[in-house]
Amino acid sequence: MSATDVRPARAGAEPARRRRPELPSSVLGLVGLVAFAALLELLPRTGIVSAEYFPPFSEMVRALVEAAGTDRFWAATAETVQAWGIGLGIALVAGIGLGLLIGSVEVLRRFTASTIEFLRPVPSVALIPLAVLLLGLGLQSTLLLVVYASFWQILIQVIYGVQDVDPVARETARSYHLGRWARVRYLIWPTALPYVMTGVRLGAAVALILAVTAGLVGIGTGLGAEIALAQSSNAVPLVYGLVIFTGLLGVVVNLAARVLERRTLAWHSSVRADVGG
Amino acid sequence: MTQPLLDVAGVQKTYTGSGRTVEAVRDLTFSVGDGELVCIVGPSGAGKTTLLKCIAGLLEPTSGTVTLAGSRVDGPPEAMAVVFQEYGRSLYPWLTVKGNVELPLKQKKLDKARRRELVRDALEAVGLADVHSAYPWQLSGGMQQRVAIARAVAYEPKVLLMDEPFAAVDAQTRADLEDLIRSLWHKLGVTILFVTHDIDESVYLGQRVLVLSSSPTVIMEDLAIDLPDERNQLDTRSSPRFAELRGHVYEQIQLAKHRKGDQHQRDEVATGSHRAGPPTVAADPGH
Amino acid sequence: MQPVLRWGRTLGYALTLPVVLVTLWWVWSADSTNYYAPPLQTILTTFGDVWFSERLRADVLPSVTRLLIGYTGAVVVGVGLGVLLGANRTLRRVTEPVLEFFRAIPPPALIPILFLFAGIGDTAKVIVIISGAVWPVLLNTVEGVRAVDDVLSDTSRSYGVTGLARLRHLVLPAASPQIVAGMRQALSISIILMVISEMFASTNGLGFSVIQFQRSFAIPEMWSGILLLGLLGFVLSLLFQLFERRTLRWYHGLRRSQLGEN
Repeated sequence: MSATDVRPARAGAEPARRRRPELPSSVLGLVGLVAFAALLELLPRTGIVSAEYFPPFSEMVRALVEAAGTDRFWAATAETVQAWGIGLGIALVAGIGLGLLIGSVEVLRRFTASTIEFLRPVPSVALIPLAVLLLGLGLQSTLLLVVYASFWQILIQVIYGVQDVDPVARETARSYHLGRWARVRYLIWPTALPYVMTGVRLGAAVALILAVTAGLVGIGTGLGAEIALAQSSNAVPLVYGLVIFTGLLGVVVNLAARVLERRTLAWHSSVRADVGG
Repeated sequence: MTQPLLDVAGVQKTYTGSGRTVEAVRDLTFSVGDGELVCIVGPSGAGKTTLLKCIAGLLEPTSGTVTLAGSRVDGPPEAMAVVFQEYGRSLYPWLTVKGNVELPLKQKKLDKARRRELVRDALEAVGLADVHSAYPWQLSGGMQQRVAIARAVAYEPKVLLMDEPFAAVDAQTRADLEDLIRSLWHKLGVTILFVTHDIDESVYLGQRVLVLSSSPTVIMEDLAIDLPDERNQLDTRSSPRFAELRGHVYEQIQLAKHRKGDQHQRDEVATGSHRAGPPTVAADPGH
Repeated sequence: MQPVLRWGRTLGYALTLPVVLVTLWWVWSADSTNYYAPPLQTILTTFGDVWFSERLRADVLPSVTRLLIGYTGAVVVGVGLGVLLGANRTLRRVTEPVLEFFRAIPPPALIPILFLFAGIGDTAKVIVIISGAVWPVLLNTVEGVRAVDDVLSDTSRSYGVTGLARLRHLVLPAASPQIVAGMRQALSISIILMVISEMFASTNGLGFSVIQFQRSFAIPEMWSGILLLGLLGFVLSLLFQLFERRTLRWYHGLRRSQLGEN
């Protein structure tokens, strides 16, 4: 409910007390962020936690800013983003393609359901040793993890989406003798799109997790590897700084995915709730 | 009139949003005697729900008081039960029918045997003796509203508040439920305050009908319904007196609509300093 | 159709593809001379030797214990804080950006930090799992609590369902679909963190063992470890589905009945 609305019928939503004029969410959110930063600054300064393990916020930021002045930092960022982008791209193409196919062919769906249910929860990180042996250290191994993790998210959503096609609309399409491709183009794809976008959103987040993780456990390069390096060289403020930076990267990915979702589904009356996943 | 059980005195409710205020209820004063069945009827958007929530202790009036059996209402009183219009949203979908009726009784700290007895009797009274273990969403709309009524009845309230309870059910079900309310009222001797926007329904059910104006709301008329106590859908509704009464209420409601258009902009900031006097027939340009 | 026949068909659908895949793997790998892809038969024999031994107690048990404690901790903390934030509008709006930030941090990136803090013991690993898995539970709980229906909320108040009873009979059940969805995400994050934290720094556990096997080129053992991790993920997801079906039976029924009306 937005603060500018006056809706007597819904007044029961908030307790019946007289309300003071409220600050906008953005201001309150900023207050929260500043308070949190201040807390991170004060905890080590007052000695409540040891500055050796937990440097003040200003030092974390300084370490990050220093690092941001180096080519190495941006190269690492580019590597992480690249692994994320390529991996997500492959997962999208494969997930949407197979999802549309499996979702719209009843027999395929029945025969693959159990296998999908088995493979989906297999943690992608279990593949790390295999990736190292078969593909060596580097981008390919990272991609294997990224693709495996995000592929299932997308596939499942697409299959759900295709199954959500309104039976009446399906019958209508059939009665007008729409061909297979026309059905996919005008009936199945638009219905599945909200689910696809949910899949993209979930997949994008997971892909970033794995892109960073690969570096962290030493099979890939990028921000994860930089964090691991900073830790082993005991550059504590830099570890924090880099983690904050990957967090910001994550925020950007989440926001971008949400904006994309909203743009794509602007015509859609309801933005669907997550299913499965 | 008998000793008033429920007393509503000068209730006014103004909603304050950012930069805007809306006066939903202007000045309402009336009382309901013990054992009465009173209907409140008014056009859509007349602040009926606001009024009911103020009476139920769910909303605090901006000014004025609600008194139940001598004590002021400043929160939901235990002697009151409410049946809402949206049956689909007022029943707990994760509880069975029995669980829904029983939960308020648990809050009343009644022992198990007593609870079981009340649940059984209440469900039987509304004609749902055989669906104890069903979930509300497995039932039709009318049956769901019966569950809500059973829950209210089992709570053993002194006053039963009903907020357009039958607005969302089909016509036949609605007639059945209206008769159910009349018979429960007779059987239990409970006091009922029934809010509706349906003129026929208010006249058919009530001993008295309070006619509300459009928002900001005032009471336009307090009308005694002198129909015989034994009512049924066929004879009562086709009697000349019924037609007269409903015609009268209808006129009042029309008046209420006009009055709103003539005298007030609905969402205008109301200062409350100029009180609307009781409308007269002459105020209606339609005549 | 007769029930037996129907069961047979369901079973047929469920088993055909897995049986085909396993058979193909078996046949193709039978004469494998590729050092990295040993015959499936060898892997399975190794599986029994490796995991139904001392390792069950020394590696599997610690891993699973840490996982379960960490996951439970994440759920308890997430639901607890979520209820608190969901019920308080101002608090929610103040903390929202901070929480969104924490959710966006790839959880494994927290491992180096937490290990700085808490060493590399069991507690540290449990903390790692909690701190990574708590966010989806927390944020989903906030959403769920916020979306409690007004009418049901009014109903509860007027029937005296307040305080703890309100939490138990109204808020938690009403938010449970969202909470469970968050718990499902948290489960897969927990497994990832269990494995990664053991790969990163540990002296025992599943992740540790698998990496050790890989580094010492004990290839069939490594494969058997991957298989075990896969099975663990599958079994936990299966258990979770059972839990979800029980907890949200009303919700799925409600949804079906609402869809049926349209």
